[in-house]
Amino acid sequence: MMDVIYVDNNATTRVAPEVIEEMLPYFGDLYGNPSSMHTFGGTVGRKVREAREKVAHLIGALPEEIVFTGCGTESDNTAINAAIESNPGKKHIVATRVEHPAVKNLFEHLSKKGYRTTFIPVDHQGRLDIDALEKSLTDDTAIVSIMWANNETGVMFPIEEITQRVRERGIVFHTDAVQTVGKIPVDVKKAGVDMLSLSGHKIHAPKGIAALYVRKGVKFTPFLIGGHQERGRRGGTENVSSIIGMGKACELAVDHLKEQAGRVKTLRDRLESGLLKGTPKALINGDREHRLPNTTSISFEYVEGESILLMMDRLGICASSGSACTSGSLEPSHVLRAMGVPFTAAHGSIRFSLSVYNTEKEIDFIIKELPPIIAKLREISPFWKPEIPS
Amino acid sequence: MWEYTDKVKDHFINPRNVGVLTDADGIGEVGSLACGDALKLTFKLDENERIREAKFQTFGCASAIASSSALTEIIKGLTLEEAAKITNEDIARYLGGLPKEKMHCSVMGRDALEKAIAHYRGEAEKKKEGHVVCECFGVTDLEIERAVRENHLHTIEDVTDYVKAGGGCGNCHDSIQEIIDAVWKKGHIQKEFPLRKLTNIQKIKLIEETLEREIKPALKKDGGDIELVDVDGDRVFVKLRGTCATCAASQVTLKGYVETKLQELVLPQLVVEEVQ
Repeated sequence: MMDVIYVDNNATTRVAPEVIEEMLPYFGDLYGNPSSMHTFGGTVGRKVREAREKVAHLIGALPEEIVFTGCGTESDNTAINAAIESNPGKKHIVATRVEHPAVKNLFEHLSKKGYRTTFIPVDHQGRLDIDALEKSLTDDTAIVSIMWANNETGVMFPIEEITQRVRERGIVFHTDAVQTVGKIPVDVKKAGVDMLSLSGHKIHAPKGIAALYVRKGVKFTPFLIGGHQERGRRGGTENVSSIIGMGKACELAVDHLKEQAGRVKTLRDRLESGLLKGTPKALINGDREHRLPNTTSISFEYVEGESILLMMDRLGICASSGSACTSGSLEPSHVLRAMGVPFTAAHGSIRFSLSVYNTEKEIDFIIKELPPIIAKLREISPFWKPEIPS
Repeated sequence: MWEYTDKVKDHFINPRNVGVLTDADGIGEVGSLACGDALKLTFKLDENERIREAKFQTFGCASAIASSSALTEIIKGLTLEEAAKITNEDIARYLGGLPKEKMHCSVMGRDALEKAIAHYRGEAEKKKEGHVVCECFGVTDLEIERAVRENHLHTIEDVTDYVKAGGGCGNCHDSIQEIIDAVWKKGHIQKEFPLRKLTNIQKIKLIEETLEREIKPALKKDGGDIELVDVDGDRVFVKLRGTCATCAASQVTLKGYVETKLQELVLPQLVVEEVQ
């Protein structure tokens, strides 16, 4: 295994050693079913209950408002389906143009099934057009689903302000907070959301475990129909060890919130200013004022993202690109397009997303190594002219 | 993560012939920033009209840079007539194959070369013929048709991989499907290569001749070879030899090149299969 500098934490994160340790017994001797009547299973059940409390605590919810699911996508799908199933007469659904595919593609699927969809635009800094949102709401609107923070740019939407306007119309509000939870303090009561998705593997728990917060009193219809697990809100035997891991990860996340706002943010800012200083014609995508502390999306004009990624990959630097050079469709991400980032910049955008495990030494390595890579690729590029003013 | 051959990686990390020849004889520019990749090819000829020097500048992903670098290496020393025959398959083959999704990079190389040769010959910049089908990437029906026929494409996804058409908003998918159908089902081939009546003996002979004359020399350039094993109806059984036998891209060669050639020159309904 080569040494890697992992700055792709919005994609997934390292499982914290404390989390692994907490989980291990439940792969081994403690294999009981938490639903069983016997003490052997009951011990496991108690541990699941503790995990639920820890998850609830992180976001200011009650334990019974937490439903464990298999992934962030399942949480999003569950929330949206619950809202439309519980409001059978309503045929209008609202999201934004920059949602994660878990919401965006579900909406597109639902539009084929007869739902009217509205995707609220963002401005060039990725900020939501709240007036457009307000105008879009009708008596026919079943749900508004708006991400709390964007996975590509880290731009955060003013959720409290949004929920006020949505809830006074009596419309269900869901937020995909998969990128937000653990990075900034999240309080579901203060935010005024009806449902909120969060995912384990973004906060140092393993992949395959996530949760949906469902506010007490919100009408709910299960997505997975089966046994009585999760109070009948999600059938299927619990993913016990992962739930326990996610509980531990949420406990750690509470402890790490200060570090996110402090050390992680400082490292992100150091990386950003170092790269901007070292590279002409590089710019930050998104509203720098309202952004996750760990994320930066930087566009290096006149070069292409995949090339940058592969050059960095050779040095063990793991990041990701905002241009999906998959298949022939070389269109930059829908997020950058929605923001109107010019093509000169959109194709060469790189996302760095940090975690508490990153060090100053790693950041300085990237600041040292990346500018020559950009310079080399620009030398190959027919569009790059050194005299282009910054 | 992309699975690139070592040769692609090598040409990406150490691209050959980067730059612009200031007093170039031929200049070909294709692509744009909006499209996500672009290539500027320049070459200079010697007194015998052979390409003495070639240089490139490319904006694009790793395989776009590698394809451009490979192109400059391939055409050096060729006469213009020889260079004009270079296909996108030749570029991909030189690199030991490209991921299917990245074949458009090799097509971009071929297009730039074509433009540079036309520029040298003083042929007026060919106006894009046909009408634009894919608005996002400005691809015409004739370009799509050519890619479908030359690379034996059968799905919209294939077309997107090769010429990018359909990779944007997706509004043109129906039109692309119509072109594919027109080429493969509605007798388009038959129009160009009229159905022949061949006896079994004639058919086998013609297949053999085509292999000897057209296909073997092309494969031998890369150290590969092919052997005819049997013909059963319209099924042609062959064995790949030399480097072809171990090449990861041999299936591309087999279907995209050997089969296409045989369909073109012998019978359009032939299917080529490999026997181990």
